[in-house]
Amino acid sequence: MMVNLKINNIDVTVPENTTILDAAKAYNISIPTLCYYPDLRINSDCRICSVEIVGKKGLSTSCSTIVQEGMQVKTHTPRVINARKTITELLLANHDADCTACAKNMNCELQKLANVLGIDENRFERVLEVRPIDDHNPSLLRNPNRCIKCGRCIDVCRNIQGVNVLEPLNRGHEIIISPPFGKYLTDEFCTFCGQCSSVCPVGAIIEKDETAAVWNVLHDPQKHVIVQVAPAIRVSLGEELGQKAGTIVTGKLVSALKLLGFTKVFDTDFTADLTIIEEGNELIKRITTGGVLPMITSCCPGWINFAETYYPEILDHLSSCKSPQQMFGALAKTYYAQKENIDPATIFVVSIMPCTAKKYEAKRPEMGSTENNLDVDVVLTTREIGKMLRQMGVEFENLPETEFDEPFGKTTGAAAIFGTTGGVMEAALRTVYEIVNKKPLESLDFMEVRGMEGIKEASVNLGGKIVKVAVAHTLANAKKIAEQIKNNESPYAFIEVMCCPGGCIGGGGQSYGTTSKTRKDRLASLYTVDAAMPLRKSHENPDINKLYADFLGSPLAKLSHELLHTKYKAKHRHQ
Amino acid sequence: MTLESMIQKYPASPEYLVEALRDYQMAKNDHSVTESEIVKIAKYFNVTESKVCSVVSFYSFLSEKPKGRYVIRICRDVPCFVNKSESILKTLETRLGIKPGETTPDGLFTLEYTGCLGQCDHAPAFRINDMTYVDLTPDKVKAILSEYREEKS
Repeated sequence: MMVNLKINNIDVTVPENTTILDAAKAYNISIPTLCYYPDLRINSDCRICSVEIVGKKGLSTSCSTIVQEGMQVKTHTPRVINARKTITELLLANHDADCTACAKNMNCELQKLANVLGIDENRFERVLEVRPIDDHNPSLLRNPNRCIKCGRCIDVCRNIQGVNVLEPLNRGHEIIISPPFGKYLTDEFCTFCGQCSSVCPVGAIIEKDETAAVWNVLHDPQKHVIVQVAPAIRVSLGEELGQKAGTIVTGKLVSALKLLGFTKVFDTDFTADLTIIEEGNELIKRITTGGVLPMITSCCPGWINFAETYYPEILDHLSSCKSPQQMFGALAKTYYAQKENIDPATIFVVSIMPCTAKKYEAKRPEMGSTENNLDVDVVLTTREIGKMLRQMGVEFENLPETEFDEPFGKTTGAAAIFGTTGGVMEAALRTVYEIVNKKPLESLDFMEVRGMEGIKEASVNLGGKIVKVAVAHTLANAKKIAEQIKNNESPYAFIEVMCCPGGCIGGGGQSYGTTSKTRKDRLASLYTVDAAMPLRKSHENPDINKLYADFLGSPLAKLSHELLHTKYKAKHRHQ
Repeated sequence: MTLESMIQKYPASPEYLVEALRDYQMAKNDHSVTESEIVKIAKYFNVTESKVCSVVSFYSFLSEKPKGRYVIRICRDVPCFVNKSESILKTLETRLGIKPGETTPDGLFTLEYTGCLGQCDHAPAFRINDMTYVDLTPDKVKAILSEYREEKS
């Protein structure tokens, strides 16, 4: 059914149940918003999107008011504009508005709003009570002085991730958004997925910036600085640098990183292929020798943190494989160091990841294959590498395409799709199917495990036995999978879990403004990358086979075990 | 009464959280709930610790900070004000040596403000724990405080 109304005296016809906000947008009027975010719940807390409805006493929030037949809406009367300005000025009066000294400068929704509303001066005196900054973890920094209490971080943490670390404390103007007991954000509760930093409209939750450390080391002649790039970055960095969502920038990305001064630019896709070989063999071993099933993937550090903190009883189900990032670090400081005859202590490994939890993962004490030396030295998010490229003045769009460096440059389509939900599962199935059934797959595309549905299922024939597998993304969905296992009700043999919506393409370290629309664009691009690769199965990567022949021996063997596998520890608090 | 036996009187469902917290705190001399108690309560009602902290910090009757054995909540709404509640507050402050939001060093009294107690026709009023006192005068306040002090000793 269609509904007819007037917005600013213009006739508007929209489907029923449309909000005034969306109806106005359909007729080319953008009503300003602040707490509203496309994929989150509508709280109508901030009141910025208020409009006048003729015949109604107060102002109504357009984000939460549904159109009605005959309604007359005025979106920009002096009364409405004054209300919006007043709210914004009040927010600014209680905000650390030193905008030019803020990571979100020119990327801040409050700043943009003040600009759109034409706020040239603030009628209110500054009342900000300065509170301490929380930087007590390796991933995220909370600056309560910039928080505007919009509630997006609470919503994403509570409802999308089901973790619920952040909640409002106190009441009225004393409200702060905080972990329980007013504590710092640490691994006691937080998984460091960073979704809160992704949706924060201001600079109140941001990643721990490590760009300065990378600049320093790039200009240190004693250091051999190499970089690895995660699968999802090739379809998201373009967006960070002003291109369309999902633009594939693999070749330009390599050129850009060379311009910054990295000696070698490697592809985490290589160790994603390696992960498939190790994890695939681990799965086959568990299935054939009566090992613990279902086995769950372990590439995602947010998921690992979640399992260690909230589901310690299911840790035996996690694959013992390190993540591709950590496998890369381990090989860089052993295999690569030996091959190039470089002292591992001088090798500095930087990762470009769509993720804030990867920063935590890299700092885990067990992640050092050589003495007193972590395998991955610094992890930069998509946003941080974008920042460095802007600092460098790189004209990204004009760069030539360059190939990744050897020996970690040749990869397969299977590795590329690690960056989306369902990708690791599909990559694993391509390999496990062929190893077990000893015949090539007819179709490489496992459509059942693709797409944005929260939990996906598929069945595969492995050696005459039908095996059920599942794919879950977001921690709220991972929780359902974990509960099934805890209660001995899991019908699956193998499960992929990615902590962020859409997998790494929707990671907490990706460009600001990530929505389900941009996630879909990035996801589609990764499958385009996959389809265009000459090799699409990890076990056909000739350099992986060479790595085993020259260095590792065989999958799951002694050296592989030492370098590529790890153990998990229960964090006992929640038992 | 132990925490366990107290909360088990309520169904293990989040909507009973506020009631259980209030009753448990009333039964405790320091009118507060500790971190380890919150951990247990959260588990029982199947909510996160963050949620319980949020609820406790929202309601002024609930507290993570230990309070005195007797919590005096004085009304600061208009009818009490025009009936000289300021002199009542002043008497309390002088006799107890504390300001609103503080607790006496012996842990006996905490002084707090409250909203209207519904006793406007008998203003000024305050509450001590769950007892309401009305038509207050400075002399009456002194007598009430002595009573509570004696009760303790």
